[in-house]
Amino acid sequence: MRRYVIKRLAQAVGVLWAAYTVSFLVLDFLPGDPVTAMASAGMDSGQVDPAQLAALRHEYGFDKPVLAQYADYLGRAVRGDFGDAISTGRPVASTVADALPQTLQLTGTALLLAVVFGAGLAVVATYTSQRWLRQFLLSLPPLGVSVPTFWVGLLLVETFSFRLEWFPAFGNDGFQGLVLPAVTLAIPTGAQVAQVLAKSLLTALDQAYVETARAKGAGRWRVHLRHALRNASLPALTVVGLLVGQLVAGSVVVETVFSRDGLGRVTAAAVTSQDIPLVQGVVVFGALIFVATNLLVDLVYPLLDPRIVVASDRGASFA
Amino acid sequence: MTTLPDFRLSRWAPLTALLTTGVLLTACGSGGDDAGSGSSKPKSGGTLTFAVSSDAGCVDPQQSGSNESIYSVRQTVDSLTDQDPETGKIVPWLAKSWDINADATQFTFHLRSGVTFSDGSKLTAQVVKDNFDAVPKLGALGSLPQGYLSSVESTDVVDPLTVKVTFKEPNAQFLQATSTHSLGIESSASVKKSPQQKCSEGAIGSGPFVLKQYVQNQSITLVKRAGYDWGSELWSKKGEAYLDKLVFKVVPEAGVRAGSLQSGQVDAISSVGRANEAALGGGQVSLLRRANPGVVFGLGVNNSRPVLKDAKVRQAILAAVDRKQVADTVFPTGTQPATSVLAHTTPDYTDLSADLAFDAAKAKSLLDEAGWKAGGDGIRAKDGKKLSLTIAWFPNAATNQPALELIQQQLKDVGVDVVLKQGQVSQFATTLQGGDFDLVWSNVTRADPDILRSSFSSKLANFYRLPASSLDTALAGQAATTDAAGRQQLVTEAQKLIVDNAYNIPVVELQTQLAVTKKVHGLAFDSGSRVQLHDTWIG
Repeated sequence: MRRYVIKRLAQAVGVLWAAYTVSFLVLDFLPGDPVTAMASAGMDSGQVDPAQLAALRHEYGFDKPVLAQYADYLGRAVRGDFGDAISTGRPVASTVADALPQTLQLTGTALLLAVVFGAGLAVVATYTSQRWLRQFLLSLPPLGVSVPTFWVGLLLVETFSFRLEWFPAFGNDGFQGLVLPAVTLAIPTGAQVAQVLAKSLLTALDQAYVETARAKGAGRWRVHLRHALRNASLPALTVVGLLVGQLVAGSVVVETVFSRDGLGRVTAAAVTSQDIPLVQGVVVFGALIFVATNLLVDLVYPLLDPRIVVASDRGASFA
Repeated sequence: MTTLPDFRLSRWAPLTALLTTGVLLTACGSGGDDAGSGSSKPKSGGTLTFAVSSDAGCVDPQQSGSNESIYSVRQTVDSLTDQDPETGKIVPWLAKSWDINADATQFTFHLRSGVTFSDGSKLTAQVVKDNFDAVPKLGALGSLPQGYLSSVESTDVVDPLTVKVTFKEPNAQFLQATSTHSLGIESSASVKKSPQQKCSEGAIGSGPFVLKQYVQNQSITLVKRAGYDWGSELWSKKGEAYLDKLVFKVVPEAGVRAGSLQSGQVDAISSVGRANEAALGGGQVSLLRRANPGVVFGLGVNNSRPVLKDAKVRQAILAAVDRKQVADTVFPTGTQPATSVLAHTTPDYTDLSADLAFDAAKAKSLLDEAGWKAGGDGIRAKDGKKLSLTIAWFPNAATNQPALELIQQQLKDVGVDVVLKQGQVSQFATTLQGGDFDLVWSNVTRADPDILRSSFSSKLANFYRLPASSLDTALAGQAATTDAAGRQQLVTEAQKLIVDNAYNIPVVELQTQLAVTKKVHGLAFDSGSRVQLHDTWIG
């Protein structure tokens, strides 16, 4: 068990390093640099003084060779120092820390909605004996996956904020402001959960152990939930692990449409202004969430299915 | 890892999709709401909620370059002077009068007494000196005030309420520059803070509103400054502002801004595009429009390129662009086609519409004269080389791409092939510096004609690679002329030279468009087409 966790942690560090390096190279590959980006704000061509730009570039170290810059940034990042955001001068760590609660609130609520409604839909669709209802329910997830989040967001705002005036169209204020963005973000996520779970439930219901359970006299509902769902939930759980990453990415669009502050908005602004330290901070943090969630998911498998044991400790039981 | 199962889309699925969409779209159908009827007598009190499109992450007026930030931070500081948006005339504000020496190298301001900053400190000549001395240390975000003070030699305190600014060379634009938010005066304590600190905490100013709270990417809240009594001469209300509170909400999505205004969640919105105008019809909303002063949107010409060195080719491009069509098809209603290289809201603007008329026949004959003959594919060629030009552009406005695609079509009609090359906004400065462009789509907002000198003098940065010519003399001359009539004559000459030689291809004026509900009164544009909210009231 311990060996397994250590191995997974080492992999996690590898993933973090790769995310850091790739994002650095991509940003470096983009033409221009943060200093010219700042000077070009508003594109006031009359006012740019080349000598001053050069001085600033020197101050931030952008005149050094790429490898030296990379080593410099990485060295400090390893010690937990992500430096200051260039566009605002605020420390990257506190910029991310300030934006984090709003995004966690949003993605957390969205994930909850996605799992509850996605799983609910899958269970009802596979349980019902009404053919038309099943067909109808099963046609919803493909629709949910394929409509663009941006469009869904605008549609919800138009309907529930501008017309019905039930919810505010923008801002981070309270539960009211959380409903529409969380629903928008939950739709594609929930749809994927539903797709995977419905498919594996249908497969599970064909298995021999379900027949056995039925033969032993278990009720239809009990068979469905106790026996089939438990086994069918493994692929869905894996998907949930992956979807956490997608939720964080989706927050870029949703936070923009609903004018919410959060990691998504910070990311969008940082990329536009080529704020390398800030982008790096966000990327590493995002990768961290992703790695941690998937590690957690892997560790939960044996709890759901005792047949699964951690591979590297073959023979040892999981406690 | 699991792959997603492929679901057979049942025969019901398309129907379901259609139904769902239909239901939701019906919900978006027409429907109005009633807004309060306006009264005509100004009254104090109330809160104005203003949705802007972005937050630049900085609430220091001296370090703000984006209109969306200036709308709010401008209200926290006063300037030495103010500029009448109608006449361009400079009038007293914190300075009750000023003297300028004959060659515009020395500016002496006589300050109003009794002005205090919101931290309680008094406005003195020393405070102004502290401000101007700190500007060069502002860093990258301070490029606007740094440009205005670029050739400053010294700022001296003559007596407690008199301050003298001396320049190394004539600098007539400085008077107008003192009216901008960029040279808004902040308290000495505020000026001593680091630029980053001022950005995140805001500056201590003497303005009619005080920054109460700034939540990054979310909102900027200002409250009325009690006891304010040193407003600009242009304002109709004396003393304090009408409104108690201003709340600026950051709402990036244009459609959400428009809907929020329609549903009464906000009172005013910025950056209204053509696409949103229809949604804002219906009588509950007023659209406010003003052309930005400065150099109009157009094609900046790299005059050192072999093909573009030929004046006839440049003049042909100038004649081939149908400005009215561009303004009417792509830009918000009311946008004016360019009638000079300067927008008509710029002081000393001259109407050169006759020289900027669309004339495809003239363009063709000019190209014929220059030796570019029409080929089989409709594109002209000379010595076996096609007449193909690249326009560099940057996505800083939604109108850029459609405008340029139209221009591309218009130029093709006279036999000029145009390739559009999109860059990142952050590349703009580098592109101009490096000179790797034939034509570049750009504009500059500035309410002083000296912007022509910064943009087109061959003695300065000269991003457009103009040859030395009599234009330099006119541009240097206006910078050294304090007499209004004399300066106007030189500025007119400069505009004519630029248009006649087609050193730049003016196309369309940039128009700032705001929308407010009918209950908002007295929201007026200042000379830079930003807003002044001291006289604004809700009723």
